[in-house]
Amino acid sequence: MEYFLELLFGGLTRGSIYALIALGYTMVYGIIELINFAHGEIYMIGAFTGLIVAGLLTMLGFPGIAILAIAMACAVVWAAAYGYTIEKVAYKPLRGAPRLSPLISAIGMSIFLQNYVMLAQTSDFLPFPELIPEFDFMKGMGSMLSSSELAILTVTVAVCVGLTLFIKYTKLGKAMRATAQNRKMAMLVGINVDMVISATFIIGSSLAAMGGVLIASHIGQINYFIGFIAGIKAFTAAVLGGIGSIPGAMLGGLVLGLTEAFATGYVSSDYEDVFAFCLLVLILIFRPSGIMGKEKIQKV
Amino acid sequence: MRKLRLIALCIAMVAMLAACSSEGEKKGEEKAEAPAPAAKLVLGVAGAHSGDLASYGLPTVNAAKLVAAKFNAAGGVNGAMVEVYAQDDQCKPELATNAATKMVSEDVKIVLGHICSGATKAALPIYLESKIILMSPSATNPPLTQSGDYPNFFRTIAPDDAQAALEVSFAKSLGLKKVAVIHDKGDYGKGFASFCKQFIEKEDGIDVVLFEGVTPGAVDYSAVVQKIKSSGAEGVIFGGYHPEASKIVTGMRKKGLELPFLSDDGVKDDTFIKVAGKYAEGVYATGPKDLSSVPMNQEAVAAHKAEFGEDPGPFFSQAYAAAQALLTAVQRAGSTDYDKVTEALRTQYVDTAVGKIKFDAKGDAEGVGFSVYQVKDGKYAEVK
Repeated sequence: MEYFLELLFGGLTRGSIYALIALGYTMVYGIIELINFAHGEIYMIGAFTGLIVAGLLTMLGFPGIAILAIAMACAVVWAAAYGYTIEKVAYKPLRGAPRLSPLISAIGMSIFLQNYVMLAQTSDFLPFPELIPEFDFMKGMGSMLSSSELAILTVTVAVCVGLTLFIKYTKLGKAMRATAQNRKMAMLVGINVDMVISATFIIGSSLAAMGGVLIASHIGQINYFIGFIAGIKAFTAAVLGGIGSIPGAMLGGLVLGLTEAFATGYVSSDYEDVFAFCLLVLILIFRPSGIMGKEKIQKV
Repeated sequence: MRKLRLIALCIAMVAMLAACSSEGEKKGEEKAEAPAPAAKLVLGVAGAHSGDLASYGLPTVNAAKLVAAKFNAAGGVNGAMVEVYAQDDQCKPELATNAATKMVSEDVKIVLGHICSGATKAALPIYLESKIILMSPSATNPPLTQSGDYPNFFRTIAPDDAQAALEVSFAKSLGLKKVAVIHDKGDYGKGFASFCKQFIEKEDGIDVVLFEGVTPGAVDYSAVVQKIKSSGAEGVIFGGYHPEASKIVTGMRKKGLELPFLSDDGVKDDTFIKVAGKYAEGVYATGPKDLSSVPMNQEAVAAHKAEFGEDPGPFFSQAYAAAQALLTAVQRAGSTDYDKVTEALRTQYVDTAVGKIKFDAKGDAEGVGFSVYQVKDGKYAEVK
């Protein structure tokens, strides 16, 4: 039983990270039907920003919890700026172009950002400080759930609830839903579509940056390539849940994380990816639009 | 244009022929001049002397030259002057067989080389047929010696599996009974882990309770860590490189799993200590033996600096040792007779740049190889 719970929490933690990144994929797809392949690199840039800021603050002698908060905030702002810029540079000029062009532009952006960080920072692995302190009340949990895992889960739940409320009740949320349903009609009723698209990129990038800082602090190391695999997995999670659907991205992330954790725990870690992608194939055979996807996808 | 090319080709061919003939003439002259044919001993050197892998092969030539000069200064081997005869194979099997044939036709009896395992394997049957003794400073593929097919093959470097053997015997000496063997699914990591598993299964009183590969670059390894924990392992052997190792160690220590962690020379790297930080403390890793304290090696390196004006390249010490071992064996045997020389290599210790060595029945050098290191205060220290 204890083993099961350990795997469950491990899977949920991993799934939460996938979900945080997958939200960005799914929102962008919902609004402009583009797979933003540079999104994984935003996650990586968030983690690097967190590392640099945390290093600076540690040198200046800030207390632990302040470092976490400021580093996280800086990572979110910086990554959001990147997300905004990427959209303006790589996707906006191609908005009227055939669907393949922005996709290729996205892949180019992804490779560019990887190489840029590799040259600007280093291709080596770097140690990442433990920003999340050991909580005292967690001692009794033993090895089942660590405080950084708890923090990741809490943040993800909070983000998901907040995002759902945001989309449902705010004016911008309403504009996003309208744009997702029909861009031309939204424009006609006076919604600033460009602003909505920028907002989507900014929100998605912020979430990915949060995920980046949290997981880097959890596993304690980063390098320029981490965005690639995390991005692919999060993209899978988004498709699994039904791309374009926000609850779908969260569910898809968790399902993928749990599948990997249980496949590792009860079968073998050799087959971790095999099971994850078999699950994807099965779901796509029986529910082509993903778990939460409807026949006509309810976007954003 | 076409004509020009044709002319150039013709000139090139003529030049080649001319070169051949002049070489032939020279040989003829030498033969005529040499008072007795026994007055020289040819030490063949085969390996990559050009191409991408030349940086591995050229230090061997330098080593052979230095050793030859040293023996010649002391009056040669059994009164014969040592002469180095180099043949390039670019680490390509097809060129290696050419090089071997060249050695046979030149009547070379001892060869230092080849550099790459693949090239060595391709050339070995040719050498065996002509009873030529081969000693490699760098071919680490285990079956070259262990298959027993090539009694004429020796090497001064430890084979790939020697590290695993050391790892297992060290794990045993730590008193571990149940071991989890984890690898990164890569050629190097999985190869090492499989050897460890094989050797553990041969031993009594120690078992593999978990043998699994992790996916490099995966977001986290907590599930594998839980699995190690629930398997009841008393220690972990990891085959692979430092990024995965540091993730696993960090995960283990954070979950309060204070098991000994043993790994290979892919982890015996300062980046590992930097990344894993405080969690690296106490981790064991095997790595090549430190040769800097061997006096003969110091001497060899100094000689290289004096002669060539730079630090020696990779496998220089092993090549130096191989040349020393070969020439000493010929000296002890009193001739280049195949049986006598191999007998000398197998039975008598010789002091070389890699320490005092002798060769076992299969051709692997006893006394070379790996040491166990442990992270202490942020540094790898040799475990004695």
